[in-house]
Amino acid sequence: MNRSGWGLQAYAIFYLLFLYAPIILLPIFAFNSGTIIAFPLQGVTTDWFAQMWGNATLRRALTNSLTIAVSASILATCFGVFAARASTRFVFPGKGGMMGFIMLPMVLPEIIVAMSLLVVLLGMGVQLSLLTVIVGHTLICMPYAIAVLSTAFSSLDRSLEEAAYDLGETKWGAFRLVTLPLVMPGIISALLISFTISLDEFIIAFFLAGNEPTLPTYIFSQLRFPRAIPVIMALGTVLVILSIALLALGEYFRRRGNARIGGKPTGGLM
Amino acid sequence: MAKAKFDAEARAGLSLIAPPFLYALVILAVPLLTILAYSFLTDGYLEIIREPTLANYAEVFTDPIVRTVMMRSLIVAAIVTLATVVTAFPVAYYISFCVRPEKKALWLFLITIPFWTSYLIRVFLWKVILGYNGVVNSTLTGLGIIDEPLTFILYNVNSIVITLAHAYAPFAILPIFVALEKIDRSLLEAGRDLGENRLTTFWRVTLPLAMPGVIAATLIVFIPTIGDYVTPEVIGGGRIPMIANMIQVQMLALDNRPLGSALAVTTMAIVAVVSLIFLFLNRRFLRVRQ
Repeated sequence: MNRSGWGLQAYAIFYLLFLYAPIILLPIFAFNSGTIIAFPLQGVTTDWFAQMWGNATLRRALTNSLTIAVSASILATCFGVFAARASTRFVFPGKGGMMGFIMLPMVLPEIIVAMSLLVVLLGMGVQLSLLTVIVGHTLICMPYAIAVLSTAFSSLDRSLEEAAYDLGETKWGAFRLVTLPLVMPGIISALLISFTISLDEFIIAFFLAGNEPTLPTYIFSQLRFPRAIPVIMALGTVLVILSIALLALGEYFRRRGNARIGGKPTGGLM
Repeated sequence: MAKAKFDAEARAGLSLIAPPFLYALVILAVPLLTILAYSFLTDGYLEIIREPTLANYAEVFTDPIVRTVMMRSLIVAAIVTLATVVTAFPVAYYISFCVRPEKKALWLFLITIPFWTSYLIRVFLWKVILGYNGVVNSTLTGLGIIDEPLTFILYNVNSIVITLAHAYAPFAILPIFVALEKIDRSLLEAGRDLGENRLTTFWRVTLPLAMPGVIAATLIVFIPTIGDYVTPEVIGGGRIPMIANMIQVQMLALDNRPLGSALAVTTMAIVAVVSLIFLFLNRRFLRVRQ
């Protein structure tokens, strides 16, 4: 590597440090026995994790968040399979416009999605609940699921399906026995990505959940109370470890899927 | 025969896309049209007066507070976008041109991880890092570099910019990286063979070819930044609102839905105009290429 290469590498590593700065601090404060989140550090303690474990509201928020994330990711992935299949396999009028509209939540400020949906729900007299959050999360997870699934569907070899027809399978049979197993890694990584997005989504959950707490809205409500912060740091540490595990799993399935279709390993989740 | 086949294919495609499209229609299009309709009505304290008017838009464009908040959102979004794209470019360039192919996936993975961790906690930690007794200030005073804590990074627009630039970094790196990866390396060699030096090759070959990625990155960072609700709320404690906070206050706290809707529609219009400008620029770059 030449000299400018070293300069760039130093810059890239420095940039990674900037990206990881908050995440490195998280476990430091989670194990710090001081109640104030500032340096210098006090002693080492695991009290905050114990308090986190014993917190009933937090547990309720976790259950709510998991309910929402599981439902929304399954719904978004199901819708995503339809859209990805339609856009990669068929030619039909209005395709660009319809796909563009479905992908719109990706580029729309979330506050607008949340507020407009809230106005309509209140206008119709719908009771805000976990269900309304699931409806909103499904909408915003769908484009991400489609982005992942389109890659999986577009790298499919169409002749495999045709071979199944020639061997006497029905359309549904060919889909179930040939297509579905081939895109399964894509489906799993779409599920994981939607799940992660929903679990971390704050704005829609904040406005559409009524009185039910979710993890992000619970965190938000606690940030105002300095005494509650160390527990939030412990919670954050656990969440970071969980999302890294989920992402690594998603990446593993994506690569296995790539290898199965015979593609070259390429980087990134996007 | 060919037409019948096309019709069958079109029908299959349409019936497949129907479920997700109808869902988006009901959950997204209907609410958006509703706030569009609301924005032309008047708030009458207890109920909405159903008489078409442009008064809300007049207020949006003339009210000094609305204008201040709108300008702040635009400026913050513009600075964040510029800072993010400029600082992200060398990282994308490094990964694309200097990292060995088998290591690229690992680098991209490392860059995306922080993005998947709780947004709220990341924002809050920046408040901790930049605060009065925060990491930066206590380290600098501890080392004796400064006597008084730095105040220019404290709970103000600067700290909002730093926090948002951190939050959207991976969004800027990935599209630029993809554009750089697509560049045919032989073009660079050709430039060098024709007597250009490294810098002019970069300026006249690499950068123009990477421009679609840069424009995509600009849009991907700008759009969510201008509509960000959490960062001004957590960092600024609600004292330095951006447009999203104002929409929320009008819609819920003040219960003036027509004005809130007009703000939301105006924000969408601004986002749409900025997007169109950049897409137009992108098209020009693509034409230059041919």
